Amino acid sequence: MSLPLSIPLWLPAAAAFLGLFLPGALSRVLTILGALGTFAWTIWAIADFERGAKGLQDVTDELWIKDLGIHYKLGIDGLNLFLIALAAFIFLMCLIWAAWGRGSARPHASQFFFFLGLAESAVLGALMAQDLALFVLFFDLMLIPFLFLAGIWGPPATRIPAITKLFIYTLVGSLLMLAAAIATGVLVAQQTGNDLSFAFTDLQASPLGKGSQEWIFLCFAAAFWVKMPAFPVHGWMPDGYRNMPMPVLAVFSAVLSKVAAYGFLRVVLPIFPDASAHFQDLMLVLALGSILYGSAMAFTTTETRLVLGYSSVAQLGFITLGIFALNGDGAQGAILQAVNHGLVVAPAFVIVAYLAERAGGSEDLRDMGGIAFRAPVLAALFLIVTFATLAMPGSSNFVGEFLILLGVFHSKLVICVIAFTGVGMAAVYALRLFIRAVHNRVGPEVTSRDLSLREGVVLVPLVVVILFFALYPQLALHKGEPSIQQSVQRAGAAAGSLATETAQAR
Amino acid sequence: MLLAAVEKPSIDWAGVSPLIALLGGSIVVLLAGLLRGRVIREQAVPFLAIVAFGTTIGLGIWQWGDPVDLFVAKGSQGAMRLDELALMITFIVCVAGIATTILSWRALAPREAAHGEYYAMLLTSAAGMVVLAAATNLVTVFLGLELLSVPLYVLCATEMRRERSLESGLKYLIIGSVGSATFLYGLAFLYGAAGDTDFRGISAAISGGAAHDSLLLTGIALTMVGLAFKASVAPFHQWTPDVYEGAPTPITAFMAVATKAAAFGVALRLFDVALIDAHRDWAPMLAALATVTIIVGNVGALGQSSLKRLLAWSSVAQAGYLLAGVVVASQNGVKATVFYLCVYLFMNIAAFAVIIARERETGLGDDIGAVAGIGTSRPLLAWPMTLAMLSLAGMPATAGFIGKFSLIAAASDGGYTWLGVVIVIGSMVSLAYYLKVIAAMWMRPATGAEVATTRADGTPRLAGADPAADLESGPPWEVTFVAVLAGAAILFFGIIPSPLLNLAEDAGRSLGLL
Repeated sequence: MSLPLSIPLWLPAAAAFLGLFLPGALSRVLTILGALGTFAWTIWAIADFERGAKGLQDVTDELWIKDLGIHYKLGIDGLNLFLIALAAFIFLMCLIWAAWGRGSARPHASQFFFFLGLAESAVLGALMAQDLALFVLFFDLMLIPFLFLAGIWGPPATRIPAITKLFIYTLVGSLLMLAAAIATGVLVAQQTGNDLSFAFTDLQASPLGKGSQEWIFLCFAAAFWVKMPAFPVHGWMPDGYRNMPMPVLAVFSAVLSKVAAYGFLRVVLPIFPDASAHFQDLMLVLALGSILYGSAMAFTTTETRLVLGYSSVAQLGFITLGIFALNGDGAQGAILQAVNHGLVVAPAFVIVAYLAERAGGSEDLRDMGGIAFRAPVLAALFLIVTFATLAMPGSSNFVGEFLILLGVFHSKLVICVIAFTGVGMAAVYALRLFIRAVHNRVGPEVTSRDLSLREGVVLVPLVVVILFFALYPQLALHKGEPSIQQSVQRAGAAAGSLATETAQAR
Repeated sequence: MLLAAVEKPSIDWAGVSPLIALLGGSIVVLLAGLLRGRVIREQAVPFLAIVAFGTTIGLGIWQWGDPVDLFVAKGSQGAMRLDELALMITFIVCVAGIATTILSWRALAPREAAHGEYYAMLLTSAAGMVVLAAATNLVTVFLGLELLSVPLYVLCATEMRRERSLESGLKYLIIGSVGSATFLYGLAFLYGAAGDTDFRGISAAISGGAAHDSLLLTGIALTMVGLAFKASVAPFHQWTPDVYEGAPTPITAFMAVATKAAAFGVALRLFDVALIDAHRDWAPMLAALATVTIIVGNVGALGQSSLKRLLAWSSVAQAGYLLAGVVVASQNGVKATVFYLCVYLFMNIAAFAVIIARERETGLGDDIGAVAGIGTSRPLLAWPMTLAMLSLAGMPATAGFIGKFSLIAAASDGGYTWLGVVIVIGSMVSLAYYLKVIAAMWMRPATGAEVATTRADGTPRLAGADPAADLESGPPWEVTFVAVLAGAAILFFGIIPSPLLNLAEDAGRSLGLL
């Protein structure tokens, strides 16, 4: 027995849409109920998930637009299961935070929750989609709610230029991806003589020639690369991060960037295996650039939002590194790390927001500090999050980074050696953030008080899940393994044959 | 003696009936406008115009699926052909006509120009568009072109006490005439090369060896230029912003949608039927024009602060996207073009309806400041405008996304993948100005630096005319209704595009392409 995937997918948006017609207080309850329903479904889906079964489970497959060969095809497998759960969980917690946290009194609240609900459905859609056109559609759609969320409820002085920059920057990649996706479908149809179809299975069945694969790969990489964000196309990130309301930013940073990483594993590696092997070195070097640049920026900036923002750049560098190791270990590490990073960065934003409230509203590190003794619970929770961020042995992040580095070690030794420095730098920026935010001298405007019940409701579940995964990371590893192996298999084989070719040429 | 040689063509009255409804309606409306009763002039005349448009649509539905050659004289293949392509264009034109009539109902222009004449000219122009879209003979093409253009020249100048409106009419007249003359010249060359004015005759002549005749190539080039004037394809687009800005806004909406639909209807038929065997000669030329148009249109729109000018430039860019469907000369191309034209109808009607509503409400004219802050004060206007802008930019969940999708698919299917990439690059640039409008509506307060100190026509605003105070009256309900309906259509066809795609596919099949 299984529920059609459309129900958990559209529930948040539908609930939020109904909320539009209700007053703000009711609309938030409704939206949260919708998100809660989806989250409850994800728990059940994880429990119900059969590891041994090959391919997709709970598939919904309808021909949506016949003339364009677009299928409304959804499905879950080991690759997206935990990311879906992550998205549902983070959205739920951030909705609760937005509804009852401080600063929750905002104008046009029902619209705010509508856009968040729509964003949740779009993200889930991108994660569940098993059709390239549908994936692109959801991938672009998930940005639109954030345009409004940041543009209407961001800081008035700077929000419009910032959100315009963010939107155009990220859509430059996404629209190139649209053209590339359509070209993929059309070229495959021409190659096989079948009707136009964008279903992943059909596209994988007949890989394109190397020349086409390569330019299409670059278009897809551009889309995912910008969305992550990764060095050197992270230019929208500082302004974008400064101008989003905190709960929105937590969702954005924790979930949206993961969809980009997921896109590599779901779309790029299986459909363009030759190009993935061809550009492996380039992608690894860029990932290394992200790690080093992101870490360096994260321990120099004093804006707490940007510390987390740049740390995300570095973490996503690690994830990309794992993906383009093009072997099972790396990809498994990447998926695990994607879930971990989402779980870690969301509570980090929550904590930063709480600390900013205690520091007279300033989010600058220089204005914080010294509250650890009077707010031991908050500081302790922060310490857990910090340890998880820096991938302390014992945390699930450690397992993720270990697997990633193991994967790269097997494929590209030199890159692995350099990437190890990133682990060290993560410790520097995470501890710097922790020490300067809660220890040291008491900041000038700081009022020390511990976690209130209302704050705890948001923060504690987020930290509990981190602890749970620290104890039991096998859950994600074990269930995901077969699908993840399968997604990198062809690209790995292509990379292997490429390596032999070069060796022979020498 | 000569007259005796001319045989009366056979006329299929059922096939001609949509055209008769438009032209007959135009006469009825004109005569009704002569009556003295104010109610008749101001209420019954627009109502009759809507009835005429509606009848045309009804007759078109009746004729659907039964393509027929009209006015077939002996030895020719008919002056017109009422197939699915012609009918789709007819539907677009008539829906645009109905929307324009509703938007003009309580507007200034018909009052100044006399109601009867205004709506009669609207109907005549629509009839010209139908003739143009159905024409299968060079002479009929020209007839249709003039029949659509001349009333539009007048309609542009109907706000007679506004200098800009007169300027717009005059400018359109002069530039339109240059376009028509070029077009006619090109048609003459085509006739010279092919020895026939009939589309199928031309096609036969080209496949029979006229393809490399320099007369033919000159003819194609000049015809292309003539059509480019009408469809506002760069570099023949310079009239567009001025004319769009100056014309009464309902007429601008009509011009933007219906003229473009008719021009692309005839372009599809001319290039994909008559000149299909010269495809290798004209396709690269047209693809280059499309590229230039997309770039010029999108870059031109960036700096605009008048919404009508912004939409004019955006319509130039959209013409470039549409050309991609013509370039490939395939069934998919026709389908994509027709589908996009339908979508374009809803997007532009929604946008222009909102502009009209704000023009009448605020006294800021079509300045972008007129829509500032309407996200909170006028959500029923803000949502359609937002959807229109997102759809024009090709965002998912709107009909514009599906439209762009099918255009790019058609382009890459026809071996013009690079043109698809140009389309998406154009869309990226276009985001900058569409977002500006969205930002003004949702993210700026209603008052502030955006409030212009002069009106769109250059006269200073009345002292104390505070836009916030103007909000009290509310927008005219019928304008809001049109905007909401068009906005709903954008969303509906973005999620369930299949019905419209099926119609477009029938139109694509009607030309007998691969």
